[in-house]
Amino acid sequence: MNKRTGWALPYFIFLVLFVVLPLLLIVVYALQDGSGHFTLANLGKFFTDRDSLSTFALSIEVAIENTVLCILIGYPAAYILADKNLNRSAVTVVLFILPMWINALMRTLATAELFTMAGIQLGKGTLLFGMCYDYLPFMIYPIYNQLNKMDKSYAEAAQDLGATPREVFRKVTLPLSMPGVWSGVMMVFMPTVSTFAISEFLTNNKIKLFGTIIQENINNSMWNYGAALSLVMLIIIAITTMLQKEEPDES
Amino acid sequence: MMPKNPIIQIEHLSKSFGDKQVLDDINLYVRKGEFITLLGPSGCGKTTLLRMLGGFTAPDSGRILLEGKDISDVPPYRRPLNTVFQRYALFPHLDVYDNVAFGLKLQKVPEEEIEKRVKKVLKLVSMSDYEDRDVNSLSGGQQQRVAIARALINQPRVLLLDEPLAALDLKMRKDMQIELKEMHKKLGITFIYVTHDQEEALTLSDTIVVMNEGKIQQIGTPIDIYNEPVNAFVADFIGDSNILNGKMFRDRRVAFIKHEFDCVDEGFGENVSVDVVVRPEDIYFTDDPAKCQFTAKVNSCTFKGVHYEMWVDTDTGYELMIQDYDPYPVGSEVMLYIDPDDIQVMKKERRFNSFPARVTGEGRVTFLDTEFECDTEGFSVGDEPVATVRFEKVDLLDHEEEADLTGNVVAILYKGDHYHLTVKTETGENIWVDTNDIWDKGDFVGIRILPKDIKLIKAESGNE
Amino acid sequence: MKAKKVFARAYIWLLLVVLYAPIVFIAVFSFTEAKSLGNWTGFSMQLYRNLFSGAMQNSSALVSAVQNTLLIALAASIVATLLGTLAAIGIFNMKGKKRQTMTFLNNIPMINPDIITGVSLFLLFVFLHISQGYLTVILAHITFCTPYVVLNVLPKLSQMNPNVYEAALDLGATPAQALRKVLFPALRPGMISGFILSFTMSLDDFAVTFFTRGTIGLDTLSTYIYADARKGGLTPELKPLMTILFLLVLVVLLVINMRQSKNNVKE
Repeated sequence: MNKRTGWALPYFIFLVLFVVLPLLLIVVYALQDGSGHFTLANLGKFFTDRDSLSTFALSIEVAIENTVLCILIGYPAAYILADKNLNRSAVTVVLFILPMWINALMRTLATAELFTMAGIQLGKGTLLFGMCYDYLPFMIYPIYNQLNKMDKSYAEAAQDLGATPREVFRKVTLPLSMPGVWSGVMMVFMPTVSTFAISEFLTNNKIKLFGTIIQENINNSMWNYGAALSLVMLIIIAITTMLQKEEPDES
Repeated sequence: MMPKNPIIQIEHLSKSFGDKQVLDDINLYVRKGEFITLLGPSGCGKTTLLRMLGGFTAPDSGRILLEGKDISDVPPYRRPLNTVFQRYALFPHLDVYDNVAFGLKLQKVPEEEIEKRVKKVLKLVSMSDYEDRDVNSLSGGQQQRVAIARALINQPRVLLLDEPLAALDLKMRKDMQIELKEMHKKLGITFIYVTHDQEEALTLSDTIVVMNEGKIQQIGTPIDIYNEPVNAFVADFIGDSNILNGKMFRDRRVAFIKHEFDCVDEGFGENVSVDVVVRPEDIYFTDDPAKCQFTAKVNSCTFKGVHYEMWVDTDTGYELMIQDYDPYPVGSEVMLYIDPDDIQVMKKERRFNSFPARVTGEGRVTFLDTEFECDTEGFSVGDEPVATVRFEKVDLLDHEEEADLTGNVVAILYKGDHYHLTVKTETGENIWVDTNDIWDKGDFVGIRILPKDIKLIKAESGNE
Repeated sequence: MKAKKVFARAYIWLLLVVLYAPIVFIAVFSFTEAKSLGNWTGFSMQLYRNLFSGAMQNSSALVSAVQNTLLIALAASIVATLLGTLAAIGIFNMKGKKRQTMTFLNNIPMINPDIITGVSLFLLFVFLHISQGYLTVILAHITFCTPYVVLNVLPKLSQMNPNVYEAALDLGATPAQALRKVLFPALRPGMISGFILSFTMSLDDFAVTFFTRGTIGLDTLSTYIYADARKGGLTPELKPLMTILFLLVLVVLLVINMRQSKNNVKE
């Protein structure tokens, strides 16, 4: 009925060309060998190569630890920021969001330098700390938004029905804030698995993450293997997205 | 009786959105300079028809002629018509002056002339000092006037108004109705108005087009439509009415509420089932037994400001609404009569339900997208007869378990001793039910039809 | 109750200190001439002077990296804003399957980690035999910026009176005129915030640029820092640059925040 739907056509074509096609190419390259023949060898290599698998496992492990750490540290922060009794300053909220806009590489370099200055060895510990430091604002912001948007009358109704503040939190606030937590998880988990530069800086190249081996392969023109690794990552994204579909949110 | 040069002719206009038929073969002409109103409940197609005139929706078939020329393919920005939208649609980033001048600026009219015309039209809508005002700061009524000014300044041949007063409160609405009528008289241009408010239509219009479910029900002057509705829908939609089942014995003699009356209608035939409508203000009380046509007992009496509204139970078991300047006490026995002039006989839309059907097995037939058991004697599998069900034989249940199919109540017509309901099934078809149970519009119902109540007839015998 | 408040404030302040320590660190050490981070050789504005003279003469690689970054961000944001606004209008008028599909496609660049976006676009340009450089980087940035514009403009469309576009047509505007004179003004706040978001995301990007810049030596600030850090040393002039950028972002965010609270008060 509306001719205005046609205005989205340029973007549709753009999306097909620059989003759909490239993703298909990842699949295509992943399933081809150097001379263009169909093969499962690349994927096979991933599943059999000890280095790839252990890097992959390590990346997932680090991502999970990072996400959990961010939730543990970030949720209380978001809660405090959103609670009008405990914080009435909009500027404080801005200060938490600000680091997201500073170049991540620069922040990481500075963090690494601080560690060195303090004499702390660069390794897994600093990696985790640095990751959490980098991604914390991305966990705090969605949770804060969700808590802010929440209708205060839910908590009041619960109190009216006899719930103590602790119970109000456990039974009402926490469950209703889950969409925000999910949002934060999405913004932290997958990016952590796929970072490469940050892990290099924070561990002096001692620890490699999944993103790094993808990057190395592509740079060394091992496109097929690199694509295969990317395909593995795409599958994980698809899985986590489908898990998230059961918890829809509007960030 | 079409005049020589109707300003607008609408020929065989049809439109569907998905499976919903929104307009069904609409034919209409509009006289130059008249105030014509499209009136009907929401969903009847009136707004779609107006939008087609404006050029915002294209018909599936049919055409629209403006002063004899086919404008069906002309885009809205090239039609010499202007629209006043329901929620005004004023441009929020422009002030009053720029909003009103918008159309003229596009036509590259010189600045001095724009100024003159803006001032003139703002005076017409009584918004003279508001030129520099921010439109977001205006009240509903004021925004309304600016919207009208913005449309009128382009000197359209026809002004289209889409329920322009719907968002205003009652007092404002009544005041604006008077202003609109005066504007129409002063300007002399054709107004095509859409509303669901029958009082508004009666007040404003030269001609009313009553619509329902995509079809035109009746076209006439307010007085015609009020006094002589052609069917139960129109009678029920306009004003208060008593709508009853009746039987036309012969010309000018009809029976309803189990009494016989003289009436003035002819041409229905002999012993034909009809619908009868009598307005509550047309039932008179009398002390004279010679004038009394039937008696009743007063059930309730409510003061309504201008008159009293009373419900009575007739001696024959029917409930009627009466409006009178004098009250009669509850419980009293009263004598009543009706003038032949005040009895309006209408053709029945249908005497029973009939659906195109298909025999899908021995003793099984499918209609309304549901399979029913019934007597299929005389028909073979694959035949396509018409399935008929009397209104009173359709059962409505408030649960799904024993129902054959489900639906929602879309219309309720009180017929004096029972309710005549229109139920829309889950697949969008209508089935009509007579019942004494009280349902509300919108109620979800289960529909059950017993096999013995389904009669199959051959398809050529028609639907009446 | 008081204890709770004290504890809460302490927690927040502790976090803020940790969050800003590295940034403050950089800022402090931008006022010294030492080459490596962490060395203090006395207060000096030399690095700032170097930075600005380098900018004046267009001489250093760092400066050209900054210029590239700004150029790419500007170009990508402008295109993303126009493309995204038109797309948002189209999507807003869609229903059902069509709308679901467009929304899903629009979400993909936002869900994908940037390394995937980078690698996939890299493969695309290889496949299409497009040589990689400015054009490919800008195209890549448009890809991940436009969804955010769409996301910012759609809410403004629902707040807008649905008949405003048709009213313009009714009064004689062609669709193009109606778009310019009526739709764009009404959507302007959403377009502006979409533009700012695009600009910021483009400025900050590393992975996508890394994979799509080819081998002509095109550097943005992020890739420059990356290469620089790998080489071992860190260009000292980065310190004042980062400090200035940090202050700029701080000011911009505060201004936006104040405008937002002013609008909230007005409503």
